Amino acid sequence: MKTMLKTTAAALALTVGATAAAAEEKVVLYHWFEYMPQELLDKFTAETGIKVTMDTFDSNEAMLASLKAGAIGTYDLSVPGDYMVAILKNQGMLDTIADGELKNKANISDQWLDVDFDPGRMHSIPYQWGSTSFSVNRDDYQGDIQSTDILFNPPEELKGRINVLDSQADVLAMASLHLGIPQCTNDREQLKALNALVQGAKENWTSFNSDTAKEVLVSGDVSAGMIWNGFSAKARAEGANVEYAYPEQGMLVWMDNIVLLKDAPNRENALKFLDFMLEPENVAALTNWTQYSAGVDGVSDHLDEALRTSPENNPPAGVSTAFIQVCDEQTQAVYDTIWTNLKK
Amino acid sequence: MAAGAASGGSATTDTYKEARNWLLLPSWAVLGIFVLAPVCMMLVYSFLTKEFRGGVIWEPSLAAYDQFFFDRGLFGDEPAKIEWTYITIFWRSIWQAGAATLLSLVIGFPTAYFIATRPERVRPFWVFLITIPYWVNLLIRTVSMKFLLRDQGPLNDFLIGTGLIDSPIHIVNTNFAVQLGLFYSYLPFMVLPIYAAVERYNFSLSEAAADLYAPKWVTLRRIVLPAIKPGVIAGCILVFVPSMGSFLAPDLLGGAKNFMIGSLIEEQFKGNAGNWPFGAAASMILLTMVLIILLIFARQQSKAENGGS
Amino acid sequence: MATVNNDIKTYKGFRAITLLCLLVLYAPLVIVTIYSFNASASITNWEGLSFRWYADVFTGPESDKFKVAAFNSFTIAIMAATASTTIATLAATAMVRGGKFKLRTVSFGLISLPLMVPEIVTAVATLIFFNSIGFTRGYLTILVAHIAFCIPFAYLPISARMQGIEDSFEQAAMDLYATKRQAFTKVLMPLMAPGIISGFLLAFIVSLDDFIITNFVKGAGVETLPTAIFGSVKQGIKPNIMAISTMLLSFSIVMVTISYFVSKSDNTK
Repeated sequence: MKTMLKTTAAALALTVGATAAAAEEKVVLYHWFEYMPQELLDKFTAETGIKVTMDTFDSNEAMLASLKAGAIGTYDLSVPGDYMVAILKNQGMLDTIADGELKNKANISDQWLDVDFDPGRMHSIPYQWGSTSFSVNRDDYQGDIQSTDILFNPPEELKGRINVLDSQADVLAMASLHLGIPQCTNDREQLKALNALVQGAKENWTSFNSDTAKEVLVSGDVSAGMIWNGFSAKARAEGANVEYAYPEQGMLVWMDNIVLLKDAPNRENALKFLDFMLEPENVAALTNWTQYSAGVDGVSDHLDEALRTSPENNPPAGVSTAFIQVCDEQTQAVYDTIWTNLKK
Repeated sequence: MAAGAASGGSATTDTYKEARNWLLLPSWAVLGIFVLAPVCMMLVYSFLTKEFRGGVIWEPSLAAYDQFFFDRGLFGDEPAKIEWTYITIFWRSIWQAGAATLLSLVIGFPTAYFIATRPERVRPFWVFLITIPYWVNLLIRTVSMKFLLRDQGPLNDFLIGTGLIDSPIHIVNTNFAVQLGLFYSYLPFMVLPIYAAVERYNFSLSEAAADLYAPKWVTLRRIVLPAIKPGVIAGCILVFVPSMGSFLAPDLLGGAKNFMIGSLIEEQFKGNAGNWPFGAAASMILLTMVLIILLIFARQQSKAENGGS
Repeated sequence: MATVNNDIKTYKGFRAITLLCLLVLYAPLVIVTIYSFNASASITNWEGLSFRWYADVFTGPESDKFKVAAFNSFTIAIMAATASTTIATLAATAMVRGGKFKLRTVSFGLISLPLMVPEIVTAVATLIFFNSIGFTRGYLTILVAHIAFCIPFAYLPISARMQGIEDSFEQAAMDLYATKRQAFTKVLMPLMAPGIISGFLLAFIVSLDDFIITNFVKGAGVETLPTAIFGSVKQGIKPNIMAISTMLLSFSIVMVTISYFVSKSDNTK
């Protein structure tokens, strides 16, 4: 039945999709929302004649789920965060970029070349890197904000006016920093404390939202919110009096990467796109737009002055940082339980 | 609804008796392959082993149902107790859907009654007015609802402007917002069946009651309501069932803070959890509940019809 | 019925509740329509009347995405509505003109299955099904899923209409030596036209508006209008989305008006 269905489907697809698929050169990108300026895609199309089709996701986990649910083989490229690159690799979902396939590979900064989630950059190139912390509306709260207490033990003014990212990995990693316990700990007491912390903090949170993390701060729907540094800079540019916090307990850092997916339908075009995204000029245009930081050499000359000096991109000395770690299956099961308990 | 239409077979004839299998074949094939077979496949998946981070391993397992009904502690090694997490989520869905249904009934019943008692030629126009918003995408309706209700939204601006309130009423991201969103999503489903029932109701019964000096509200409760009961029940079902499985309203209006069944299921396939067998099991449990409700309704309906004629 | 004194029928307060009901139904849509003409990029401040967001829909940075999505939505809706209306018409003929038979109740149950199963369950089941047979998700998976769940929506008005048409017309034709096929195509079908048109429009709109199932079965880069809109509104409603919504609302009103007048001409019997 399987073959029969497939044959019928293929025949139908030929008749139905004949006009749409008229041998158009394209590349299909599975990307975060609001993370790619249209102008850059247009520039790529103008230079190469390849059209970019883009789908969006709102969390690393949602992207993984969709790829697992049968989307692998339909996308060429995706943009996972650091730890998700490692997971996708373990899942066998990444294609290998052979030596010499990328002519601009040398542009990758040394610091981001031999990363532990993809040693030697066999499957990925840097996209942007930045940090995850939280921002507070200074009109609503004037006190000290350089502590994760703002999220997990908030002052009276902020109670019930906090948005957190709808992402298990980010929330539990941030909570681990607050408690000063290692991420993905398998110590039972520590896990119980983690569970108790987020359970208790929830009553002070008004929403779990990643997509609107910026919008709720700008519109004033919340007074504090977990957010990425570039997003916070954009919120400030859009008129919100928000300050991005550098908590003493530490903050999360991340690097997003463009990966070549397994069974990419337009592999050649995908490689061209990767090369395009390694050109310093293009990366600078991207960085000026996203307000994060680049992982490619030669970008700084093209950067906006405002971005170079922005408080969101210049952490004070001595802030400790941590990447999100990949938990083993057993700890992940406990994390899942904590998360479901949190949202029940 | 199902039972009502199925038993409405009095108008059938057998003109095309010989061809009927051929005539039915396309619908059997399409619905069999693309609706019935998938539901069966989902049942199978609910008894498989989960693959870490999404997908299934083809080994039979009861783990999904075990996870649903039994609590073995944070680390999965304590003696099994009854799991309240998912019962809580189901209960919340039932409660939210029930509240939305009640809200729809309280607003929808008088509306349907009012429309059905208009002069016959203007009735279609009123029905038209009620149904138009329903043709707008559910997503857009839900988002515009959120836009309207925001702390700094038009509703609060208006209320503050008129001096009715001093500070904005906080509605978005509350349970009430979810109920309001569900109510708004499915209200026409409540109005239309009640309208149809009231339209068929023979008002000379009310007149007879009035002749016997029955107060009007008593007539409504004792005479009209029992006569149109099937329409009211149909309306309640048509609002309740989709409300139970919805995930847009809790996500967009409730701040994604509390799972409802729909969001719990979605999370298993599109979100953090990636536990397919559990998502399939939760879907099966939801489906079973809905089918039981429909069955009870069908029983009631046929009882009412038998008793009525 | 018309002789009944109106005082007995009417209840105080019901008119007020009806007006409240209409207010609740329309307020959000009216607000969205108004703000779609806002000159400002901000959704919160009103800065004068402008059509810029309508222009933005057709020429702005996201216009390509929405054009492709609109093309997908309309082609899928037309094909799904055509297929499901055809299937539903055949099925209705068997159910209404096929005499009594054993599988009648089962058939009816199968046809109304998509109405009884909560949409999220259908979506999950369809996803699992396509995944387990190794069917790559894309345009085609959306189309077949839409054909399947549109069938009951097309079926209900069609079978209702057929039940309202007396068998005597076809019998008369056959008495005049018309074959069954001729009686079906030349007599029954023309009489059925209003029912078939309503069924088609209902299926068309249901397909055009569907989000939940489409979101689960769509493939890479294949967006329909609702999924494209969802991708945008999740970050907060923007003026260009309001413009699209207003256009979709107007389109729906036109469609419903057509079906309203078609069903009004339904007094032929």
